[in-house]
Amino acid sequence: MLSHPINWLPAESKACMNLLLFSLFREKKRRRVVELTEKMVVDGGSRDGGEWDGRWNHINTFLERPGPFTHPDFEPSTESLQFLLDTCKILVIGAGGLGCELLKDLALSGFRHIHVVDMDTIDVSNLNRQFLFRLKDVGRPKADIAADFINGRIPGCNVVPHFKKIQDFDESFYRQFHIIVCGLDSIIARRWMNGMLLSLLVYEDGVLDPSSIIPLIDGGTEGFKGNARVIFPGMTACIDCTLELYPPQINFPMCTIASMPRLPEHCVEYVRMLLWPKEKPFGDGVGLDADDPEHIQWVYQKSQERAAEFSITGVTYRLTQGVVKRIIPAVASTNAVIAAACATEVFKIASSAYIPLNNYMVFNDVDGLYTYTFEAERKENCSSCSQVPQDLHFSPSAKLQEVLDYLTENASLQMKSPAITATLEGKNKTLYLQTVTSIEQRTRPNLSKSLKELGLLDGQELAVADVTTPQTLLFKLSFTS
Amino acid sequence: SKRTMAVTKASKDQKYDRQLRLWGDHGQEELENAHVCLINSTASGTEILKNLVLPGIGAFTIVDGHKVSGQDVGNNFFLSNNSIGRNRAQAATELLQELNTDVSGNFVEEVCVFNYEHTCLRLGSVLWNANIPFLVCRTYGLVGYMRLVVKEHTVIESHPDNALEDLRLDQPFAELKNHIQSYDLEGMGKKNHSHTPWIIIVAKYLEKWFSEHNFQFPKNYKEKEAFKQLIRQGILKSEKGTPEDEENFEEAIKNVNTALNPTKISSGVDDIFNGEQCNDITSQTPAFWVMTRAVREFVHNDGGGNLPVRGSIPDMIADSEKFITLQNIYREKAMQDASVVSKHVESLLQSVGKVCETLFCKNAAFLRVVRCRSLVEEYSVETVNKDAITSCMDSADGEMVLYLMLRSVDRFYQQHSRYPGVYNYQVEEDISKLKLCVNSLLQEYSLNVNVKDDYIHEFCRYGASEPHTVASFLGGSAAQEAIKIITRQFVPFNNTFIYNAMSQTTATFQL
Repeated sequence: MLSHPINWLPAESKACMNLLLFSLFREKKRRRVVELTEKMVVDGGSRDGGEWDGRWNHINTFLERPGPFTHPDFEPSTESLQFLLDTCKILVIGAGGLGCELLKDLALSGFRHIHVVDMDTIDVSNLNRQFLFRLKDVGRPKADIAADFINGRIPGCNVVPHFKKIQDFDESFYRQFHIIVCGLDSIIARRWMNGMLLSLLVYEDGVLDPSSIIPLIDGGTEGFKGNARVIFPGMTACIDCTLELYPPQINFPMCTIASMPRLPEHCVEYVRMLLWPKEKPFGDGVGLDADDPEHIQWVYQKSQERAAEFSITGVTYRLTQGVVKRIIPAVASTNAVIAAACATEVFKIASSAYIPLNNYMVFNDVDGLYTYTFEAERKENCSSCSQVPQDLHFSPSAKLQEVLDYLTENASLQMKSPAITATLEGKNKTLYLQTVTSIEQRTRPNLSKSLKELGLLDGQELAVADVTTPQTLLFKLSFTS
Repeated sequence: SKRTMAVTKASKDQKYDRQLRLWGDHGQEELENAHVCLINSTASGTEILKNLVLPGIGAFTIVDGHKVSGQDVGNNFFLSNNSIGRNRAQAATELLQELNTDVSGNFVEEVCVFNYEHTCLRLGSVLWNANIPFLVCRTYGLVGYMRLVVKEHTVIESHPDNALEDLRLDQPFAELKNHIQSYDLEGMGKKNHSHTPWIIIVAKYLEKWFSEHNFQFPKNYKEKEAFKQLIRQGILKSEKGTPEDEENFEEAIKNVNTALNPTKISSGVDDIFNGEQCNDITSQTPAFWVMTRAVREFVHNDGGGNLPVRGSIPDMIADSEKFITLQNIYREKAMQDASVVSKHVESLLQSVGKVCETLFCKNAAFLRVVRCRSLVEEYSVETVNKDAITSCMDSADGEMVLYLMLRSVDRFYQQHSRYPGVYNYQVEEDISKLKLCVNSLLQEYSLNVNVKDDYIHEFCRYGASEPHTVASFLGGSAAQEAIKIITRQFVPFNNTFIYNAMSQTTATFQL
């Protein structure tokens, strides 16, 4: 992929691809102008944006003036601004560190029809960077407060909040947007979004209809590091093409936690995973609530005791909380940089003013400021976007558990809790499903059965569902001798 | 009251938790004691301040005599349309102040005539002589620019990514040697064998290797592979003769390459030791240099040419007791070395103020000193960095051409009292005028480079606009550099940073 010498498309095709994309993007824009104008008439006309002289001067230079570096397809026009203001619809996923910045950046770049989705409520620890929130807002939904703030500060801007999970929406919701920009803190959510946009793609006789493409701009940050990428689903590298760029989370081995702790972190994990279920300190069935200071305090004290037993130093309240909540350090500055880069790309794509980032930028300001911009390549056999059926190679005597392990551990798949079904004797049979307790119990014995015992045949299709994708993935079982 | 202070501290700890994990309580203290001055509350300026106010800078003062225009409100989150006509510094201070009540915001209504070159050079001189760090930032169309001007900035906690460990396997100190001796790998039971730290394993096999190779370390690739094989042969075998699963031995093999790195002082740190400031220690000498001198004395007199032992080891497969005991061997040696350094400090001076010796010793291998050239040196014909400019211009579409264009538009301003292409009708006619400025710039500095016409056209097209997203990118970048200067943690850039939003690329030049 990165070091993969095989280019997905020859250079000429790529240039054509960019042009094709932009011609048809503008076609899509035109269609939407028609749709939305009709709708607006019914609704009673446009809002008063509270315009004043010179408001959009800083943006107009890029929309009204020709230039030597503009996209080949760009046409300077006084109407482009109207498209941004009245028609273009952007979806922002996440109203946290990146989300707040994105909303500000988009609103000040002429975008007015913005939706924002976030399932979280505001916490005190957000306030050092999520600047649309104040102390009085703690406990309220991020999406709601963020929308209110932007709409109040930027006259004419209409941010519509959704206090929901991305999985609560289906294609009909996502299809309405011109561009989607993500400021998520979860790889699972990213992959789901990626899968959703891939599922919207329309292929006619094996040829991708460009008007079904919704560009996805994705930003991520961690401490002083960040990245911004542009994805044209079906055309450029998708999230799963480059899954190896997101190394799986490191969990400590159980034997270390249970009997050979060496680091303060091991002591905290012992209390969280082993001691809490045993001692049930706040009552039967009361799970550890990482946001409850009393719970953390208990874990902290017990961790100190555990550490003392093994002469380990370094258990602090801050460390305890960090381990239990899997806290990632964060500052305003990195979020500002990455969100700004993403918003610039949204503007470029919506206005066709410049060729967009192709396609991945990393940023790190630990030592000076470092960026590296490169083209992440599509994976030929990407499990999400390649349309190449994935093969599973197993011996017929292999246990179903081995297949499960492969799906979760393989670096290109990294599934979380896959559910496997197959068509056997004409009927759809669930081989294993983890997420519903009754079904898990019923199908658990299958894990220790061999594929042959389960009646699976060579060449059989297995359908796998998982939180990392909105669509079921199909695999072909290929028996090895 | 004490209780109020405790409550305030607890709630600030909560609010700032995510950043305290990056620069610690001591870094936060520095930040809260700092006062920053912003000249001109443009979008870039207010975005920088936003990223300083949110993390809790002590105070800021905005100096700006301009009145808020409709255009200003259009790209600035901290100006609202009902402030049009009011003083811009005051209007921005109100909305920035509102972000964080811990911060004290002030403003001064004073106009800075925006002739960049002229103003920056004059202000730069004043600040240079007063030893106040100066950060020049501007957003010009799709280009961001930062210039750091600080005479000398010392960093103890540089927090390097991927730092090499300080294990001393090539020259084990006495306590480490004794500890290694206390292990008898051959005589151990399986459980102990499989839970022996890899550092011990490598040390033991190194002894074996020495005895068979005339006390020479494994030197090249071939020898290192042979050494790894030697370790692999030490893995216990089952009754059937198949190797057991000994992860600690696998770790040892994996770490051979880095473990055999010779212990030595990096050239960067060596340069710091040889700095002038290290030699004449007086009561005026900053703590950093007193400490550096003390460590240098340690290196020559007590450390056998080596820095004080760092004292940390990475986690590794081992049982708790073996690991903790080994870890303590390194920790205690580090503490010992640090107290020897202390004695050197005492003999140099009575006190060094707040710098903690243990912190300094732990970071001795990663000390950094950043010295920026002054603006006068950058702009003066005699001292301009011709080589850097000329060689960077080999890539005609790199970021250096953007630097030359920024210098050129400033010339344009000097001649015409305005920037090129501000109004639509000016764009075409200003291209030739701007080209004259480019040529006169290149001529004045005898720069034998070619600036493509496309860039001249593009910079006329920009019309000195300041799109918000570019200003915001710059705001994040600049604020973090300011935080680095204030907290003295992490390493600032040196000294010119260019951001190209068209290509989403950046470059740093030392001009």
